[in-house]
Parts: sequence; C-alpha cells; structure tokens
Amino acid sequence: MSDGNGAAPPLVRLHDITKSYKRGAQIVPVLSGISFDIGAGEFLALMGPSGSGKSTLLNLIAGIDQPDSGELLVDGVNIGALSEVELADWRAGNVGFIFQFYNLMPVLTAFENVELPLLLASLSRAERRDHVEAVLELVGLQDRAEHYPNELSGGQQQRVAIARALVSDPNLIVADEPTGDLDRESAEDILKLMQTLNRELHKTIILVTHDARAAAHAHAIMHLEKGELSAREEVTGH
Amino acid sequence: MALPLSYSLRNLWTRKLTTLLTAGGMALVVFVFAAVLMLEAGLNHTLVDTGNVENVIAIRKGAGAEIQSGILRPAAGLIESQPQVETGPDGAPLSSKETVVLISLQKRSDDKPSNVTARGVGMLAFNLRPQIRIAAGRVFRPGSHELVVGKSIASKFQGAGLGEVIHFAGGNWNVVGIIDSDGSGFDSEIWGDAEQLMPAFRRQSVFSSMVVKLADPSTFDAFKHAIESDPRLTVEVKRERQFYADQSEAMATFIRVLGMTLTAIFSIGAIIGAMITMYSAVANRTGEIGTLRALGFRRSAVMGAFLVESLLQALVGGIIGLFMASFMQLVTVSTMNFQSFAELAFGFTMTPGIIIKTLLFSLLMGLIGGFMPAARAAGMNIVTALRSV
Ligand SMILES: Nc1ncnc2c1ncn2[C@@H]1O[C@H](COP(=O)(O)OP(=O)(O)O)[C@@H](O)[C@H]1O
Ligand SMILES: [Mg+2]
Repeated sequence: MSDGNGAAPPLVRLHDITKSYKRGAQIVPVLSGISFDIGAGEFLALMGPSGSGKSTLLNLIAGIDQPDSGELLVDGVNIGALSEVELADWRAGNVGFIFQFYNLMPVLTAFENVELPLLLASLSRAERRDHVEAVLELVGLQDRAEHYPNELSGGQQQRVAIARALVSDPNLIVADEPTGDLDRESAEDILKLMQTLNRELHKTIILVTHDARAAAHAHAIMHLEKGELSAREEVTGH
Repeated sequence: MALPLSYSLRNLWTRKLTTLLTAGGMALVVFVFAAVLMLEAGLNHTLVDTGNVENVIAIRKGAGAEIQSGILRPAAGLIESQPQVETGPDGAPLSSKETVVLISLQKRSDDKPSNVTARGVGMLAFNLRPQIRIAAGRVFRPGSHELVVGKSIASKFQGAGLGEVIHFAGGNWNVVGIIDSDGSGFDSEIWGDAEQLMPAFRRQSVFSSMVVKLADPSTFDAFKHAIESDPRLTVEVKRERQFYADQSEAMATFIRVLGMTLTAIFSIGAIIGAMITMYSAVANRTGEIGTLRALGFRRSAVMGAFLVESLLQALVGGIIGLFMASFMQLVTVSTMNFQSFAELAFGFTMTPGIIIKTLLFSLLMGLIGGFMPAARAAGMNIVTALRSV
C-alpha cells in the first residue's frame, strides 16, 4: 500500500504559507511560500536540519501558531480565520500532540494526564474513565494508570502522552521529535505504536524528526531546508 | 472547561515548603486581623452585653458617663413613677437608683494604683441585671459596710478578694461576695448598698444614674418623650444597651483604627510574598502552561488554575492564622476605659462572623497576590511557552 491514500481528499492543505520571527529589530524568515497537501490517513515524516523550521511548520498545522500569510485548511476548516478561543476549542477536538519531552503534568497520574483533554469535552465521569482505560490499554499501560510520570520510564511516559493524544479521537496527530529523547529500543516501540495508530485507527500522522531511521516508519518523507520544502519521497516497504 | 481542583492542590503540595512559608507569612497578618476583630467583639460583648434590652438608664442631660451625672432624689421619684415602668408584685416600680464613684485601689501585681468603679445600688439592681450571679460568698446585707466585687477586680486588686477588706472613704468595707456577669462590664465593678456608699462619699441627695425596667420595651419612645419634655427634669434617657455601646465607641474605634492600620501595612508584605511565590510557580511551569494551551485549554482555564492555587495557598494561611488567633480567647485584657476612666477587663471573642471575615480577608490577599502571576500565565504565547521545556 505504497500510495493507498492518494485518492482520499487532503486532510491538510497549505497554500503559500510564510512565517518569520522577529528577533529584536531583525526579521528572521523561517518559511517562505510553502504549499502542499497531506491526505487523510497518511503518515508523513518531515525531516530537515536543526533550525530549518520543522517545528514551526508543525505548529502552524496544529493550530498553535499563526502564519504571516497564506491559507491553511485542516479538514476543510480555514484555521487561520479562527479566533483564539475557537482555535483552542478546535485543537481540543481535532489535534493530538506528541512532544519530544512527553510534556506530562508531573502532579497528575498517568490516568489523569490522559483524562485531561476529555475535561474539554462534555462527557460524564464514567464515560471519561472508559475512554481513558481503553487508550491506556491500547498503549499497553493499563497497569500503570495510577503511576505518576516520575515513576515511569521515558518510553512509558511517551506512551502515556500518545494515549493522551488519542483519547479525544482526533483525526490528526502531530509528533515533534517524539523519539528524540529515547533509547533505540524504546524509540522503535513508539514508532511501531504510531504505525499501528495510522494503520488500524486511520489517524493522519505528521512526524517531525531528523532521524532517518525514524522517518523510515512513515509512508512518505518531505525535507525542509532553508525555508523551502523538497518534493515528497515515498517510503517503500509499507 | 476548567482544570481540576486537584491540579492546583497537588502543585501546592508538591512545593510544600514554599507553600507553607508563603502561607505562614499570610497567617501572621491574618492573626493580627482576627485578633483585632476578636478584641473589638470582646469589648463589645463586655460593654454592650452589660445592658439589658428592657432596661432604660437615665443620666443628667449632657453627662457622657455616669461618673459625671447627677440625679436628685425628687427627680428620681418622678422617673420611676412613669406608667411605662414595670412594677413588682408589691406594686413598687422595678428601678435601681445608683451612685457611681471611682475609688483608687492598688494592683496586686505591681502596687500601682488604678481607678475602679464602685457602684452603690438598691437590692432591685440584681433583679434588673439577671446576668449577674453570685459566684462565691453572698450578697451584701443592706445597711452594712459590705461589698460584692466583680471577678475581674477580685483577682487583680489588693483587698478585693473574698473575705478581704477594702479601705476607702475613711472606712473599712468587707468583701462578702464575688459577682460573675459572664464577662460584662459589671465584672470590673464593686457593688455595695447605695444608702451606705452615698453618705460615705458625702453625696446623700444625688444619685449618679438610675435604671428602670420597662414593662414593654416598645414603649421606650413614649417614656423617653415624657421624661425629656418634662420641664422639672434635666435628664436624658437611653436604652441601657445603647448607653454601653456609646461608652465603648471611642475604645472600639481606637482598636479598630490601630488594628486595621497594622493589618494594612503587614498585608502588603504578605501579598508581595504570595506574588513572588506565584510568579516563580508560573515560571517553573511555563512548559506545562504551553502544553495545556496546546491541548485546548483556554487562557481563562490557565488563569483560573493559578488563581485557584493562590487562593488555596491563602486559605491555608487563613486557617493557620485563625487557629493561632483562637488561642487569644484565653487572654483577658485589663485596661482603662478612657470614657469612664475606670479599669475595664475584656477578652478576645471569636464569632462565626469573624471566622468568615478573616477567611475572606485571606482569600482577598490570595486574589490580589495571585492576579498578576496568573495573568502572566494566561498571557503566554503557546509556542514560546512550549520552547521552554
Ligand atoms: N518564537 C521564536 N522566536 C524567534 N525565533 C524563533 C522562534 N521559534 C523559532 N524560531 C527560529 O526559527 C527557526 C526555526 O525554528 P524551528 O521551527 O524550531 O526549527 P526546527 O524545529 O526545524 O529545529 C530557528 O532559527 C529558530 O531560532
Ligand atoms: Mg524543532
């Protein structure tokens, strides 16, 4: 299934996106006129050297940053036109985040960390518990529900974070260097888990990494360099 | 859409020492605040509760206190014969014509002299003040040089204990009883037979004040009008409670102004302490804030979580401060009431109203101290916050 999703309508559509940061009086251009589509159900790896703007691009797609110009549609929604509050509500229902350093709340248990996004949905306590237990089981941590993050290994923490990203059942999952802080073995587990999410739960995944071995788990790879995107290259063997 | 309370609570618990130090600073302010209110309530209890709802006191017009007042015998007779005054089974009016003088007694502790109120009363005075009971010994016998002494005086002044002898006005007076009026002003007085005390102080024909009981308290206005418009009388009447409330006003105001000034100054320190703690909490959790916002929590939810954290921290301070202040109930203050110039003992009284006011005060400090840090947390840019992880 090298390009099995080619016929599906794009979930993400970027058109002529530019983004720059101000550093003092200096303006640092990061993205200059980026345009591409990501089909629903794809697993795309975004590669590039450090500082090339991978995180910036991912943050725009995930709706936690705004482009300077250009159009950004996710699932038909022009997220550049949403107000801040609308955007927050949109993220809660449509995007799952996986971070390099897991970003769990240290004072909450694994269960409570996973439950957090559900507090933004109108669910009963019992419904929330069912959802949380289901995703914890999916990532293989049902017996660690009452553990605090500092009682878990890095790999386990990242699996809790994946459960948190999944629990509100978003279509899009963004992962910024999710294996950057893990040993080879744990990294492989996490990447396998992401493949499962993509294959069995049909999640669209954008994986930012500078590790070619990690990128090889995706369907396709795009390279970002000096604010420009290379043509996508399909990964064989999927 | 709010973060769970447990998030704020556990963060406080995680930084126990900082929480406790910050709350401790607030507790000291709360302690002062509560102690002032308790002292005011204690004074109020002592002076206002000295009065009875049905009782009316008459003093000479313009006399601020009993000690400056004078009522002649014929005038006293006119007052007690008013129809509003309750009468006993024998038809006699329920009234007590009283004489108040200050006598100087030496303190047991340091031999220093201090003024004590001596009140000459008729035997009906005890019926008019049902809160007074004889805690030890017995009532003085009419026609004798016997006294009963308020419990606050008995322990503090030389010769004022049960069975002891007080010397004044050229005579010896035996203390035959101790009176306990549950902390009212009478606990700081000495009582004897008016007809014995008056000649001793050479003021046979003039009383200081008189107290009557109204058959129906609602007839007070009619009674007051009748007395104050009578051209033969230069007397003003007040409800007894009002009279004692007026007596305490200057002291209550003094306590309030002093206490609130102290509280205001200290609270600035406590608020700054809370602010510093909360700013550092926000700085330490910048990454968490970015994460929460990315997950879809709104700025208001972040603001709320940090405000709640600051409020809970202040509540801890409030509870510690109240707990410390509650021990002040064991303390009695004895000082000169500068309206009557006599020694007055009163305590610190905790009331439900004070508990509520004090907790609200601590929450207010938490709100003020937490507001700017919480606003900083809420105002953070998501991407910038996440880059700090
Ligand atoms: N908030 C910001 N303020 C200023 N410069 C930024 C900010 N975010 C990113 N940059 C700059 O933009 C460029 C791209 O950053 P980033 O997207 O994080 O790169 P990558 O994830 O590929 O390493 C870098 O030069 C970085 O310094
Ligand atoms: Mg990056």
